[in-house]
Amino acid sequence: MKNDPTTTVNMSDHRIDVKSRPLCLSGKGVTKYFGFGKKITKAVDHVDFEFHEGELVSIVGESGSGKTTPSKMLLGLISVTDGDIYFQGQKRDISTRRKKREYWHGIQAIFQDPFSSFNTFNRIDTVLLDCINMRGGKHLSKEKKFEMMTEACSFVNLKFAELTNKYPFELSGGQMQRLMIARIFLLKPKILLADEPTSMIDACSRATILDMLLQLRNETGMTIIFITHDIGLAYHISDSIYIMEHGKFVESGSADEVILHPKAAYTRRLISDVPKIHEAWDLTTV
Amino acid sequence: MKNTLRQVFHSPKFLVGFIIFVAVLLLAILYPLFNPGNPLQQIGLGTFAPPGTYVSLYDAVGTETSTFRLDDADAKRLASVLSDEDRVSMVNWLTAVGVDVTGLDITDTDALLEIWNANYDQSIRPEGMTNAQRNSYISLNNRLQSLGASETLTVMQPDEEGEMEEVTDIESTDYVNVGDVTNVITLPLGTDNFGRDVLKELASAIGTSLMIGLVAGCIATFIGLVLGLLSGYVGGVLDDIVMFITNIFTVIPSFVLLILINYSIGQENRGAMVVALVIGLTSWTWTTRSVRSQVISLRNRDHVNLSKLSGHSLVRIVLTDILPYIASYVVMAFILQISSAILSEAQLSLLGLGPKTTEVPTLGLMMNWAMLYSAHLGGKWWAYFPVIGVIALISFSLNLMNTGLDQVFNPTLRD
Repeated sequence: MKNDPTTTVNMSDHRIDVKSRPLCLSGKGVTKYFGFGKKITKAVDHVDFEFHEGELVSIVGESGSGKTTPSKMLLGLISVTDGDIYFQGQKRDISTRRKKREYWHGIQAIFQDPFSSFNTFNRIDTVLLDCINMRGGKHLSKEKKFEMMTEACSFVNLKFAELTNKYPFELSGGQMQRLMIARIFLLKPKILLADEPTSMIDACSRATILDMLLQLRNETGMTIIFITHDIGLAYHISDSIYIMEHGKFVESGSADEVILHPKAAYTRRLISDVPKIHEAWDLTTV
Repeated sequence: MKNTLRQVFHSPKFLVGFIIFVAVLLLAILYPLFNPGNPLQQIGLGTFAPPGTYVSLYDAVGTETSTFRLDDADAKRLASVLSDEDRVSMVNWLTAVGVDVTGLDITDTDALLEIWNANYDQSIRPEGMTNAQRNSYISLNNRLQSLGASETLTVMQPDEEGEMEEVTDIESTDYVNVGDVTNVITLPLGTDNFGRDVLKELASAIGTSLMIGLVAGCIATFIGLVLGLLSGYVGGVLDDIVMFITNIFTVIPSFVLLILINYSIGQENRGAMVVALVIGLTSWTWTTRSVRSQVISLRNRDHVNLSKLSGHSLVRIVLTDILPYIASYVVMAFILQISSAILSEAQLSLLGLGPKTTEVPTLGLMMNWAMLYSAHLGGKWWAYFPVIGVIALISFSLNLMNTGLDQVFNPTLRD
């Protein structure tokens, strides 16, 4: 369908109007510097952002433009040099371990490399049981827990009964990434931060995984922050897009706005770099 | 786990090292069972009895004899009493009086005696020979002549009145079976300077030295692991403090530190375990440094982040998400720590700063004794060479096992 130039598809089928929804996560002047003195690296430089509830927002940038740093800051894995992050209208407070743990009830992540995302010494049921325990299901009966895990796995088309005693490294990359989504399904966070979840797997599995993410969003109404280098992909799935260059957001807005009427030169370059099957590809701009 | 073990034992290097190590270990465990008793008990009065089987002469006299007539018995007997020095001086005399001795092999006793008996005349006095030299030749000749003459030894014993009474005659053709003699002792490695059984001492010393290595290795690995994990994972100020202390210990040569500490403890207070403790407390630095650097590379991995996001505590993350990943490395470091602790003990003891000498022997103490009593100058190889061999074998086998493990855990090193 996508390869047929004669059919035009309305990409905004699943798009939702987010402006009316309340803010879920926002930031003002968020900054992260590494090093000091002359060797200072401005990984994220005074960026503002507003993510609404139930929105699927993409942060797009090429390699090295500083996409992973904001994701780690949003997750609270690294500290923020300057600026404030607001979570559900209130200033985020992750000063203690307890508060951090509470914050992580609201935000979860899927990482880029499925092969290094799991502890290879833990079995799959351990991974899923951790999620149930984190949601306060420690006291549940064994049968109930098994039922929940089976449900989560069937959501991502995995058969839990076949996986119980397996280790993550015995699965394929696509299966592991689906297991990651099953984890999110059990945790049901307010925000899901997906850091290039499809860049390490093949196109076929990619479609499945994107479909699952969209389905998850529609069912639970969670905000998904999708970090990617693939602007074409971002256009197809996102409600709004932030374009990142050298630690700054050079352009932001709804997906149609940004892609169809780009203002920044960097955005135009990113769009022209997308390979098109039915046109000659101008490599000079790459 | 099972799979890893199978892989480890399929590595030829590990297997060879393991077999050597187990063989040495079995010697230490089994030999005391077959030959019980205090390894430091003095069984001999002299020093450095060479290896061999010792038969009680006293018991041999009363033992039933058998008669054998062997053609070369006399010649052998002669050959054994004729020392190399005697042979050379005999040839010197012969050349001095002008006898042609070209082509004579001085180890050939028969030929030498034949030419000597044909030519020696005590009235001839070669030019430039002193009277003393002449007399020594005369006595040498007398000794040679008397050897062939006497065929029987008479054993006498004083009776109640003090008169000597003949007990038995020993013919030169009499033999006793070693198995019939009541008291026989086999010393495969002879005795040391105090007249103690070297092999028994060695078996006990291997046990003690391995124990010292194990205790020191455990202490060093434990300290190194805990400090490395904490400073690597927690980072920040704690990392700075730990690395500061570690660097101080790294800069001071640990052997100098060992010598100073052991000297200040004093000979009487230095038991084997005290020495092990001191060695352990001074050799943890490299483990700390390398564990720390491994942890730093691990702590930013996604699986650790995922574990954090799952709300796991610091202790749980360190124990389940970090430790298993460096476990193979820690095992290898532990093996090397054992090996280097054994060597450290040997070095210290050689300098006289090892465990006190009255309780248990260690490999280092045995070398120290051999050195103090100049075994190396007197050619008493059995007092020190087996010890060196065992130290080399233990060290070699542990390093071989380490290399084998390294190849299993780091597939890029496989050839």
